[in-house]
Amino acid sequence: MNWSVRIGSMVMPNPVTVASGTFGYGVEYARLLDLNQLGAVVVKGIRLGPVRGNPTPRTVEVASGLINAIGLQGPGVDGFIEKYWPFLKTLKVPVIINIWGCTLDEYVEVARRFDALEGVGALELNVSCPNIKEGGAHFGTDVRLLEKVVSSCRKATRLPLITKLSPNVASIVPYAQAAEAAGSDALSIMNSFPAMAIDIESRRPRLANITGGLTGPCIKPIAIKLVWEAARAVKIPIIGMGGIQCAEDALEFLIAGASAVAVGTANFYEPQTSLRVLEGIREYMQRHGLEDLKSLVGSVKLPRV
Amino acid sequence: MFEQDAIVVANDNFAGQYYRLVMKAARIAPHVQPGQFVHIRIPLLRDALLRRPFSIYQAKDDTLSVLYKTVGKGTHQLARIKPGQSLSVIGPLGHGFSIPTSREILPLLVAGGYGMAALYILAERAPRPGIVFVGGRKKEDILCESEFRALGWDVQPTTEDGSYGIQGLVTHPLREQLQQGAKNVRIYACGPTPMLKAVGDLAAEFSVEAELSMDEHMCCGVGVCLTCVIPVHAENGWEYQRTCTEGPVFDSKAIAWEVMS
Repeated sequence: MNWSVRIGSMVMPNPVTVASGTFGYGVEYARLLDLNQLGAVVVKGIRLGPVRGNPTPRTVEVASGLINAIGLQGPGVDGFIEKYWPFLKTLKVPVIINIWGCTLDEYVEVARRFDALEGVGALELNVSCPNIKEGGAHFGTDVRLLEKVVSSCRKATRLPLITKLSPNVASIVPYAQAAEAAGSDALSIMNSFPAMAIDIESRRPRLANITGGLTGPCIKPIAIKLVWEAARAVKIPIIGMGGIQCAEDALEFLIAGASAVAVGTANFYEPQTSLRVLEGIREYMQRHGLEDLKSLVGSVKLPRV
Repeated sequence: MFEQDAIVVANDNFAGQYYRLVMKAARIAPHVQPGQFVHIRIPLLRDALLRRPFSIYQAKDDTLSVLYKTVGKGTHQLARIKPGQSLSVIGPLGHGFSIPTSREILPLLVAGGYGMAALYILAERAPRPGIVFVGGRKKEDILCESEFRALGWDVQPTTEDGSYGIQGLVTHPLREQLQQGAKNVRIYACGPTPMLKAVGDLAAEFSVEAELSMDEHMCCGVGVCLTCVIPVHAENGWEYQRTCTEGPVFDSKAIAWEVMS
């Protein structure tokens, strides 16, 4: 049975990974599950310097989902390398570093810094965090800027590049194509969806940041549609994500056109989800006599028009 | 930190809206330190996904218990759980209270409402009994008094409406105690944030060490989501630290109260 996934020079031993920002730096979950059983570990977004993050409240639970506005709190490149890399580099599976910046130069510099770090599996470009005012998101909602950030990072590193796209666009197709043309080795689809919740008694927004990014099972059908649209428009592999709670959810993404999947918000409430998804995919492949997962990818049967 | 299915032994309404949930959790219970918490997935919550954190009240051998008040949809559903049912529990979590190192130190516990629960194991393991100042709005908010007395502790209840104990806020008898003598005492507190702030101010005024168990809205409980942060003094002024990991118990001097909204 073959279910490995190749992204540029990186080989994921299986198709199940985790979504950036829902798995810390791996070490936090290492006592609850064997990280080496995952297809890859994806760490929380890192920019050049440390980031304090947004005021609280930072998350709010909503029907079948969660809205967050954490503000990419993090230790910066040096803090990450000092504090978290010693553990991460001991993993047998690839480590994907999610990076972001407020300027083009910062993206390039962060990419360079990780290019120089031995053992990184791939870089995931976060061009789509909805919670950072001064940067990040506008790179993901302007095709030219997106093309520029991807091509600039492409020149700065030999590492495989994965571009994480925003759902907050009229059509994802030009963005997917621009990232591919600029040298991205894969796409992550999708980031959180801009959202808001209000406390009806105080009439105040329930997040200090007013708005945030919606994740969890409630966004899954949106993500499935975006993966399906993008998969028909590009040749590079897609990591599908958005509300995956079980193997059935993951299989839906694969059939829509994703080559791999990432478990996100479910990590917060059921930390074993990613491994259960993996086991469920194995059972499905056996039950359907699938020798190679690739035969499932994008196999959605559309009605004849 | 472990994740296990715990079997519910009892889930009783013992006063007003207050419940005590007792579970067999053999992997978690033996490792519990004072002031730590468990993260429980409450079934039947329909479209609410997240676990709910609860301070650990008692832990002995393979059994642990928590106290809770039915305030939201999670706790209302939890109240319907019957003995024999199982609950997914992650724990023990967080950095708890330090245990006083010597009999020379008089421990002063300060609790607001069911904050009492988070202090019981500390009372049990302290080298000598001390005084518990417990406050609530009314009589039924004063919990576990007899349990602390059974450990030899002096319990001084206060209620805002005067229906039990001294009328007023819990910080009034605490201030009187500190005025009598603030040497070789240490404060440990759990309760609502305004109470903790007042306790922290008193500790500063009398130059007493105080450990405060902070209550912040929590999501993952294990340190990855960065929801439950509070501002804590750091090299460059202050930084956000996680209530679930660096806390819930913080040194009162470390907390950047001036930044908190």
